[in-house]
Amino acid sequence: MPVSFVRRQGRCETMDNFLFAVAAFVLGLLILGLVCVLKGATLADRMMSAQLLGTSGIAALLLMATAVSEPAIIDVALALALLAAFASIAFATSSGDRQDRE
Amino acid sequence: MKTAMTLLLARDIFTIVAVTFGAFFFLAGTVGLIRFPDTLTRLHALTKADNLGLGLVALGLLPWADGILALKIVCVWVLVQFSSSTVSQLIARLAQQERPQA
Amino acid sequence: MMVALIVDVGLAILILFVAGWIVAVRSTFAAVIGFVVYGLLLSLVWVRLWAIDIALTEAAIGSGVTGALLLRTLSRLPVEHSERSANGSFRFIAGLFCAFISLAIAMVIVALPEPAPTLAPEASAGLPAVGVGNPVTAVLLSYRAFDTFLEKVVLVLALVGCWSLAADRDWGGTPVLWRYSDPDGVLKFLAQTLPPIGVLVAIYMLWTGADHPGGAFQASAMLAAMWMLTIVAGLMRMPRTNDDLLRLTLVSGASAFLLLGFAGFGIVGSFLAYPPDYAKALIVAVEIPMTIAVAATLVMLVAGPPQRRDMS
Repeated sequence: MPVSFVRRQGRCETMDNFLFAVAAFVLGLLILGLVCVLKGATLADRMMSAQLLGTSGIAALLLMATAVSEPAIIDVALALALLAAFASIAFATSSGDRQDRE
Repeated sequence: MKTAMTLLLARDIFTIVAVTFGAFFFLAGTVGLIRFPDTLTRLHALTKADNLGLGLVALGLLPWADGILALKIVCVWVLVQFSSSTVSQLIARLAQQERPQA
Repeated sequence: MMVALIVDVGLAILILFVAGWIVAVRSTFAAVIGFVVYGLLLSLVWVRLWAIDIALTEAAIGSGVTGALLLRTLSRLPVEHSERSANGSFRFIAGLFCAFISLAIAMVIVALPEPAPTLAPEASAGLPAVGVGNPVTAVLLSYRAFDTFLEKVVLVLALVGCWSLAADRDWGGTPVLWRYSDPDGVLKFLAQTLPPIGVLVAIYMLWTGADHPGGAFQASAMLAAMWMLTIVAGLMRMPRTNDDLLRLTLVSGASAFLLLGFAGFGIVGSFLAYPPDYAKALIVAVEIPMTIAVAATLVMLVAGPPQRRDMS
């Protein structure tokens, strides 16, 4: 494999646990953030959920990728970055084009 | 031998410090998301604080990645930074339209 | 690992919460947003289940293509559909039915013997003969290449079916995604900078899919999302449905496969058989037109039936 990850030696299980714990923390914050944002008053509030996922989700993925030494998860983070941006753009631009919008 | 040990220790400490600070900024961003009164201020908290958190987390994970993988992690962060700051402009415009007063 | 369990439980709770919210919320636009969020969260779940290829596909299709499809549909609906009717009893029965099916599936999975019956060892054992390192790619493009070929044909047929929904006078016209006036030029800027990166990432995913998680379908979905971005920003035009180049592109995927299949007849002796040393090269070679064709098909499927005879 040309692209190798993390040298396993020298990284103990406590580091893995620590990274997983931070990932769990970030996901917990994501839950709180999503609850707050999805219940928001305006449409713009709810569109921020895609942005929120774009940052918190990617952080969680990067941490998990390191903790389990799987480089392919970084690719998922890369795809997620592009697609969360695309989703946000789609939300923000399509909401104006409603027929007979008031 | 001693320098090798201290290097390994330094790497571990660097990761723990960077990732913890990153998690702290995520916390700050989420608190801002929950507590700020207004769509635009919430968007600001989300875009700035969470992205900084992501940057610190990515920084903390860099010592564990070899070569191209480290470059990929940095690319992911740069991409998220760029796209989220630009996309938030789109969402902000929408938020402003939904709320006609300044 | 105890902490990993916390991550998994947290993800599960989050997904259930979002699913419940999608069903309960009144505004359809908000429900679509929730659905896209749900898709992105599911890709995290797939990562936890060690199915990286599926995680990539879920992210690309679930949030990119399906999200755009739902949004485009929503923009075509008249405004009285923006709030969902509170037909309580019907939705309650539908919810009950869905919960029952979910429970049945869960019981089947939990009741599987330990270890669950699987063909993974045999699939992995055949990898060196095919020459690729990624078992998913081997399954899709070698063991079950015929199914993949048929899927491409089905995609084209689905598109023709979609186009046939147009009124007779609109046939051959141009479909519309949605319009955005872009007063600050922000969308144009994004559409000039993100798609090159997206295309690069798509090519990378296609190339690396031979040996690592990735593949043609994920690359297609990414290309489709990027192309849609440039169309909405006005940087590229939506092609007319009777455009020759478009139609050629749409059928090129299935055709390349067909060519490969018949070549297999001539060289090795049976349909879609690969000569042993060239298998990987052929697989990557047929994936290229396949990716482009599927990307075009996905974009045209999202764009829907052609709408106007002469699009200015």
